[in-house]
Amino acid sequence: MNAADMPVLSIMLAIPMVAAVLCLFVRAELARPIALGATLANLILGVVLWISYDPAGAQWQFTESAQLFGPIGWKLGIDGISLTLIMLSVFLMPICIGASWNSIQKRVGEYMAAFLLMETLMIGVFAAQDLLLFYIFFEAGLIPMYLIIGIWGGQDRIYASYKFFLYTLLGSVVMLIAMLWMIQFAGTADIPTLLNTDFPVQAQTLLWLAFFASFAVKMPMWPVHTWLPDAHVQAPTAGSVILAGVLLKMGGYGFLRFSLPMFPEASANFIPLVFGLSMVAVVYTSLVALVQQDMKKLIAYSSVAHMAIVTVGLFTFNQQGIEGAIIVMLSHGLVSGALFLCVGVIYDRLHTREISRYGGISVNMPKYALLLMLFTMASVGLPGTSGFVGEFLSLAGAYKVSTWATLIATTGIILGAGYMLYLYRRIAFGPQANADAAAMQDIDGREMWLLAPIAVVVLWMGVYPETFLAPIRRDVATIVERIERAAPAGDSKLMAVDPTTARFRVAHEPKKDVAEGSH
Amino acid sequence: MTSIHIIVFLPLLAALVAGLGQRFIGAVASKTITTAGLFTASLLSWPIFIGFLNGSETAYVAPVMNWVQSGDLSFDWELRVDALTAVMLVVITTVSALVHLYSWGYMEEDPDQPRFFAYLSLFTFAMLMLVTANNLVQMFFGWEGVGLASYLLIGFWYKKPSANAAAIKAFVVNRVGDLGFMLGIFGVFWLFGTVSIPDILAAAPDKVGSSIGFLGFRVDTMSLLCILLFIGAMGKSAQLGLHTWLPDAMEGPTPVSALIHAATMVTAGVFMVCRLSPLFETSQFALDVVTIVGATTAIFAATVGLVQTDIKRVIAYSTCSQLGYMFFAAGTGAYGAAMFHLFTHAFFKALLFLGAGSVIHAMHHEQDMRYYGGLRKHIPLTFWAMMAGTLAITGVGIVGVGGFAGFYSKDAIIEAAFASHSTFHMYAFGIGVLAALLTSFYSWRLMFLTFFGTPRWAQSEHIQHAMHDHGDHDEHGHDHAHTHAGHDDGTAGYHPHESPLPMLIPLGVLTLGAIFAGFVFHGGFIEAETGKAFWANSTLFFNEHLMHAMHEVPMWVKLSSTVAMLTGLLVAYVMYQLSKDAPQRLASAFAPLYRFFLNKWYFDELYDAVFVRPAFWFGRLFWKQGDIGIIDRFGPNGSAAVVSFGSKLAVKMQSGYLYTYALVMLLGLVTAVSWMMVRT
Repeated sequence: MNAADMPVLSIMLAIPMVAAVLCLFVRAELARPIALGATLANLILGVVLWISYDPAGAQWQFTESAQLFGPIGWKLGIDGISLTLIMLSVFLMPICIGASWNSIQKRVGEYMAAFLLMETLMIGVFAAQDLLLFYIFFEAGLIPMYLIIGIWGGQDRIYASYKFFLYTLLGSVVMLIAMLWMIQFAGTADIPTLLNTDFPVQAQTLLWLAFFASFAVKMPMWPVHTWLPDAHVQAPTAGSVILAGVLLKMGGYGFLRFSLPMFPEASANFIPLVFGLSMVAVVYTSLVALVQQDMKKLIAYSSVAHMAIVTVGLFTFNQQGIEGAIIVMLSHGLVSGALFLCVGVIYDRLHTREISRYGGISVNMPKYALLLMLFTMASVGLPGTSGFVGEFLSLAGAYKVSTWATLIATTGIILGAGYMLYLYRRIAFGPQANADAAAMQDIDGREMWLLAPIAVVVLWMGVYPETFLAPIRRDVATIVERIERAAPAGDSKLMAVDPTTARFRVAHEPKKDVAEGSH
Repeated sequence: MTSIHIIVFLPLLAALVAGLGQRFIGAVASKTITTAGLFTASLLSWPIFIGFLNGSETAYVAPVMNWVQSGDLSFDWELRVDALTAVMLVVITTVSALVHLYSWGYMEEDPDQPRFFAYLSLFTFAMLMLVTANNLVQMFFGWEGVGLASYLLIGFWYKKPSANAAAIKAFVVNRVGDLGFMLGIFGVFWLFGTVSIPDILAAAPDKVGSSIGFLGFRVDTMSLLCILLFIGAMGKSAQLGLHTWLPDAMEGPTPVSALIHAATMVTAGVFMVCRLSPLFETSQFALDVVTIVGATTAIFAATVGLVQTDIKRVIAYSTCSQLGYMFFAAGTGAYGAAMFHLFTHAFFKALLFLGAGSVIHAMHHEQDMRYYGGLRKHIPLTFWAMMAGTLAITGVGIVGVGGFAGFYSKDAIIEAAFASHSTFHMYAFGIGVLAALLTSFYSWRLMFLTFFGTPRWAQSEHIQHAMHDHGDHDEHGHDHAHTHAGHDDGTAGYHPHESPLPMLIPLGVLTLGAIFAGFVFHGGFIEAETGKAFWANSTLFFNEHLMHAMHEVPMWVKLSSTVAMLTGLLVAYVMYQLSKDAPQRLASAFAPLYRFFLNKWYFDELYDAVFVRPAFWFGRLFWKQGDIGIIDRFGPNGSAAVVSFGSKLAVKMQSGYLYTYALVMLLGLVTAVSWMMVRT
């Protein structure tokens, strides 16, 4: 059976959809296995997709096309960038279902249906080749998230979802108007065609800003990030995993798919804005993370800091920066997902996110402590984990554009180590001050099955990232080639002979000494 | 698959088996596997080193696996073996194997031994990856890997808040250095288009004289790159400004201090400068910075070491000071001497730490030297081992005849500094001699306070604790006053015992190293002819002329360090043996200076005030005032008021029917689509 001949993407969209409908009508005991089965089936299809994807083949593979109603076409297809993000989504989904297995007891069928619907919409976002189809998936994806936060969320879920709504509403409306204008200008909503359409430079500015309004909120970039900590804190564990793991990647995907290749000149002009906001975000949100008392809020703020590295990487206009940004997206999806799962594990036992209620749990939960240490280290970008590869490449790319941005963004490695190790210390180390925390059981088999696969992929991506770089290499190169004409010059300009800096090397003639030494 | 693969990956394998499999195989098996793994690695390392010494080995790179390829940036996992690597291999595997063995005794009563041994082996793996790196990124991998292991081992007793604080401090302060290292790598990649070490070193001389933009300034290219990389070295090697983590790192178990914070990890910075020495040779400015930082650290740490009372902290500052020596040796162009001192220092400093561990073990975890005294007779083997270490570090020997390990390496550094033509060589020379005096003083002070005089154990809480626990089973029982009254010799009735065999064997082996390492190996490291042949098989820039010139310095220069050493010994003897109250009188006579040294030049207080507190203060400010006070107030909360058509609607909006929001969105979408359909 040749996967390329089947409408794999449509099947991957249909499976969770059908399962979602089923879940609405069955008992809780049945909804859970249905949801798990559907997400695992999609994971298998994802692996099939991965294996049959040809990195050297056509740019768009597994394409499908059918006329829907009106101007909207059912056009699907993926390149390597979409592929990796779809893989991330289908990989995290079964884990989310597993994480909700026991902790969700209320309206289980609806809950599973919301998650399955979410999966369809996420895959749709990364696979859509029609601008309006993309928009529908992109915006509709928020609806199940609203439901998940609003129905199964915590105390202040209403405020959180309301904030989420207000932020995203404005951006979406502006982006829709921009999209309609683009369709009129180009005469098509076909994304591959639009990718090679040269929009007038004056129009690009407004279009870029319209898309920016939506993607910046989704990223989220400073200062439109304040919905994220609230949404995370209120969402159930699995909701946080999907929010951090996949939904935050939609902003980055949007920049990569639309803003950069469609508006190269505008993107180049707005580099100071993007870098400026990212630099503020790294320092500002890292410092805010340092003083958090709530575990989920801390990780949420750290997400904003990590996403700032993504935006820096994306707007470097070079191969390392963009590939690095994609790896940071994948890595952050896994690592912050895993960190939220880790929070969920102890939240399920103690029902509090208050950091000070824990302490010294290395004693009673050694396996948990080990995994949490691994994800903490991945979060701070320790070489050998996925976090390092992405950050390193993004920042290496950024150095070619701006040494200031690189310096400030790289301070994230200091601050990140500060807040993450401080968090780890307060949870896992120190005396066992709280008797109930000291009595917690170590992770069980189910929880191990949720965390161990992520741990394996995090190390795999850190030690042998080629698996993840190979499919995106050509597509990133295509984007870099497309935007090359607007690429910034960078501030490191080399002057081959510069007498003004000669005072640094007055004492001796280095070349001569080298020669003498080797004789 | 060559022996280098086994040397590097066997410790990793052992760490994984011991760490993850401890529940299945048990503690003894975990300890055996890791220890055996390290002894195997050590036995395989020595032939490589000997091979380079006698010229039968040549440098090569053993591939392992691809790592990253992104555009024109690519770097792989590979193991570089050359003379420089070989030196580090024997240092790392030998000290690590001995420390593993020593820990059988030292950690005997710890319930968590498999974890400890797994960390030790993991550390060794990371350190080996660092020294075998053929590209800067793999070096950074090892660099961060040892940082992680150091963090885990400093905080090994994780129930102690002070240990946790020290562990975090070590990691974060090192990260400050890593910021420089990373920027250095980025700059190197920007300039040379590669991160491969041999390629960079080959291309560097062509860039001499060029300038580069950095943060809006125009600076000398090679100076910038070298200094950025050197900031990394300063962090790892605890040089002035980024040294604050090292003394606190003494919270870790003593074997860790010996392995990581004396013999291996902290020397990574020196190794890096030597590995990249042809790069540093392209910038006199960078070399001057290295010289000044190294020399200043040497004197700074020595002054602080003079007045510390914790035995491990004295040795820690001593390490910091000795690392300063290595750096200014490199800065003045004597890379061979820097590596030689690294080599000999590894043996005698590991010996001093393990000896101190043996003392602490004997004294029931008391680390304050004020409560030691007269231990010579009780733990004679430890005493003689420490004596050998002290003779080695203070550089005892006779010019023209021979001496202990430090005599060869430290004197070479001081003489090379004098003979060098670099800008700040006389500063380095002067400080080198002065620091030698201080080194001699604090080392002998340690010996006199610990092993000589009369016991002062009775005041020690740890000893009292030991006696109390013991006393419960005695007929003297709970009557403390009686117990004390019975022993007015200051011992409180406590009997220190010599350490068990697993601890004494490493002390014995290292004692041999402290005595003979200088005499046996100085030819290969620093002699003009043999050194040139040895280092030719490495990236190290061997300055043959300087090594020649070093031997032709005036006699007073050669004697100066011996005189300094004898002076230090004499002063220490007078102060701590002859006149009992001299230290107090001196301390009160120079009270401000004494407090300045005692408080470590107030670096911790300064950093706390300048970095730590403001970070938390700004964090709270940004959160409460920025996010909540401004962004939310004028953003979502404020716009709610604007958007709402009236209070009624606002109330409805906030009533939380999510379906409403979803509906609004869908309505918007439908409207837009219908509009499009009508238009087309």
